[in-house]
Amino acid sequence: METGITPEAIKMIAAAATIAIGGLGPAIAIGMIGSRGLEAIGRNPEAAGKVQTSMVLGLAFAEAIAIYALVIALIVKFV
Amino acid sequence: MEISLAAEKIGHIGSFPITNSMLLSWIVSILLIIFVMIATKKMKLVPTGIQNFFETIVEVLFNTADGVIENRNETKKYFPLVATIFLFVVCNNWLGLVPGVGSIGINEVKEGHNVLVPIFRGGNADLNTTLALAITAVISVQVFGIAAIGTIKYAKKFFNFSNPINFFVGFLEIISEFSKMISFSFRLFGNIFAGEILLMVIAFLVPYIAPLPFFFLELFVGLVQGLVFMMLTLVFIKGATSEAH
Repeated sequence: METGITPEAIKMIAAAATIAIGGLGPAIAIGMIGSRGLEAIGRNPEAAGKVQTSMVLGLAFAEAIAIYALVIALIVKFV
Repeated sequence: MEISLAAEKIGHIGSFPITNSMLLSWIVSILLIIFVMIATKKMKLVPTGIQNFFETIVEVLFNTADGVIENRNETKKYFPLVATIFLFVVCNNWLGLVPGVGSIGINEVKEGHNVLVPIFRGGNADLNTTLALAITAVISVQVFGIAAIGTIKYAKKFFNFSNPINFFVGFLEIISEFSKMISFSFRLFGNIFAGEILLMVIAFLVPYIAPLPFFFLELFVGLVQGLVFMMLTLVFIKGATSEAH
């Protein structure tokens, strides 16, 4: 049995840190997109459909970044 | 609890390996084709039954697509591709939640210990499927763009020699097309694969009652990811078929 910090331990820490830090930016981005979208709908309820469509699109792009981080974390842990 | 990033092979046709997610994709395709054939047999002007159900789906999707492209004739040209992408992705995601997928399998010995190789696995939980869909979508966007505004005008978007800044911007556009392929495939793959792992972990921790809200979440995520794929493809088609400003 190895003593000290083993490669297994580093792998676990790396996988956890990847998704923890990588989810930070997208979380803030999604919150801002959602808040501006709701503000826009509140100011102009007639354009709600258009605003909603563009907002969902922007949300998908922002969420994709978090998914990239998640995929890297999965690769680090399981491959 | 075994989690495998790559889809496991369960058979061969000649020297071509068949994976479990490929098998489920085939089943989804066959089910969709059979469903559509039943729905369009002996079509009536006032639809009833399965034809009514299918016409509802087509009408909702067509209105959504029209909301992005805002031109009914153009939407008719691009609708078959995007609607098929949507139906394929959503049915794959939802059929990947059916009990038995991921749990019924063959016991094999890999690297010394026993692993269960499932016979079925969500079609989009395999990067190959999502990469194929992404490449199809991006190449279709190019083809639609060339068909709509002509080869020279379309190439001018990417190779613009008027001044150095425009040349650099055109070069970045080419790189951005490839990044669209990566982004499409990883978005869908990451969402569905992470959902599968989430369900496996929850079922491992608390087998009864607790997985229910997560199954609802996965149903929702499956639908939203199909919708996002369709809407993004439509937005790119709209961008590609419009004249450069």
